[in-house]
Amino acid sequence: MSASPAVADSSPGFAFRTLLTKEVLRFWKVSFQTIAAPVLTAVLYLLVFGQVLADHVEVFPGVSYVAFLIPGLVMMSMLQNAFANSSSSLIQSKIMGSLVFVLLPPFSHWQLFGAYVLASIVRGLVVGLGVFVVAVWFGPPAFKAPLWILVFALAGSAMLGALGVIAGIWADKFDQLAAFQNFVVMPATFLSGVFYSVQGLPAFWQAVSHLNPFFYVIDGFRYGFFAQSDVSPWLSLAIVAAALAVTTAIALSLLARGYKLRH
Amino acid sequence: MTAAIQVNSVSKHYGSLVALDRVDLTIEPGEFFGLLGPNGAGKTTLISIIAGLVRASSGQVAIMGHDVVTDFRAARLSVGVVPQELAFDPFFTVRETLTFQSGYFGLRHNGAWIDEVLDNLGLTNKANTNTRALSGGMKRRLLVAQALVHRPPVIVLDEPTAGVDVELRQTLWSFIRRLNRAGHTIVLTTHYLEEAQALCGRIAMLKAGRIVALDTTRALLARVAGLQLTMRPRGTPPASVLAHRIEERDGLLTLRLAHSDEVARVLAECAAAGCTVEDLEVGHADLEDVFLQLMADRPAARMPAEVTA
Repeated sequence: MSASPAVADSSPGFAFRTLLTKEVLRFWKVSFQTIAAPVLTAVLYLLVFGQVLADHVEVFPGVSYVAFLIPGLVMMSMLQNAFANSSSSLIQSKIMGSLVFVLLPPFSHWQLFGAYVLASIVRGLVVGLGVFVVAVWFGPPAFKAPLWILVFALAGSAMLGALGVIAGIWADKFDQLAAFQNFVVMPATFLSGVFYSVQGLPAFWQAVSHLNPFFYVIDGFRYGFFAQSDVSPWLSLAIVAAALAVTTAIALSLLARGYKLRH
Repeated sequence: MTAAIQVNSVSKHYGSLVALDRVDLTIEPGEFFGLLGPNGAGKTTLISIIAGLVRASSGQVAIMGHDVVTDFRAARLSVGVVPQELAFDPFFTVRETLTFQSGYFGLRHNGAWIDEVLDNLGLTNKANTNTRALSGGMKRRLLVAQALVHRPPVIVLDEPTAGVDVELRQTLWSFIRRLNRAGHTIVLTTHYLEEAQALCGRIAMLKAGRIVALDTTRALLARVAGLQLTMRPRGTPPASVLAHRIEERDGLLTLRLAHSDEVARVLAECAAAGCTVEDLEVGHADLEDVFLQLMADRPAARMPAEVTA
């Protein structure tokens, strides 16, 4: 009950690490739902599609369909969970009213953005790794260009983490967030070549797929495993980097303006 | 001396609704200040602007000399806010919640102070309980603890005793009084006027987004100074008595008298006019009378600047 601490005692770096730790613990404490469940979902896809289509499809020469499918499923799980992490954390704390505990401390919009997106990346990587570890039982892995694997894993999770921040700020209710998830994120992931090579599609749908940033994340990620892809990994990287820059800019601007947060 | 809270011509509009209309207010360090007004008067909006939770449409607010927008880091480190709505993070225990909150303010090694806050609010034996398992009263205590975790020089409590039991009220007020004596500035909104009367040295009354009264609690009470005399007259009291009338209902006449000496004069004048008096009751005016009188005055006139300054 003595004098108040000087402003100088406060470390912004420690404040940031605390928020990041709390955001990671938030999903870690319910990991059965946030990690185990998405791993199981991906494995079910692998079982069903992998077994049914294994003998009928060969997308890349010398690569079995199951082996082809694994990187796509890993990336799909990473994208969906990175999105789910930041968006559900924001919407839950908005609806519970506990967001006030993050809005009252002296966080800058950069710190808020950084903590939410980094926690999303951590969740994306943990889930992706989980899916991969289980999936290698179904087909031997290849790591022809591992640096690309890492680059696209990080960029893809970051992009969806930032998109989750935008959706979490924008949505006022759970059903609005669910709509965003079901009508934007899910179609974009499914129509991005997780289960097939877009080169097998009719020309029109190929063109549509090439407008989808998710396609480039998955195509570039897959290049890391097989050194084969529909488009050059450099093109994919450029497009994913641009998409990440756009989502980051929007999310930062919403946080800086306090849109729907400090109304 | 730098003001604890300086509010300069702050307005807030939500579309066509004016929640705050050019509010000026200076709260000095060490004050125990009350912000009163009916629901919708703008109390919570003003507090939210001070806390940085809402942005003012125009005007500036500074806490300990730090502007809440341009110098938000120093401003938010200087103020602790107990929000009106009960909120909690269901993933963590009481101690985890406070450790995180302390970390959010960039403070390391704050365990000793957290223990002291827990102890002072009677939360020590709930320290390792998950917040979901707390009763409403315990959640309210945790909310207060979270606001104090960074030892802010300015503490703002938005209706902290709404719907809480007597024990918590007393625990809370004795702790807050000690903090005030230790030099913390306290700003309080409450619906319990007797609480404000007992605790606050100075009071602002807000009505429809404007400050309609700003004075020491003592001076506000002096406005309705003196006594209230309630009686049941048998007959018609003389005009000299009726001049003091403030209410007449169900045969009961209520008068406001400046001084207790006037009671005898009123009774003598009634007797001289042939009017007997029954059911005599003498009471002191309280803050509720001031409040009701101010809120009944229409319209919500702006106070002259020299009074609000």
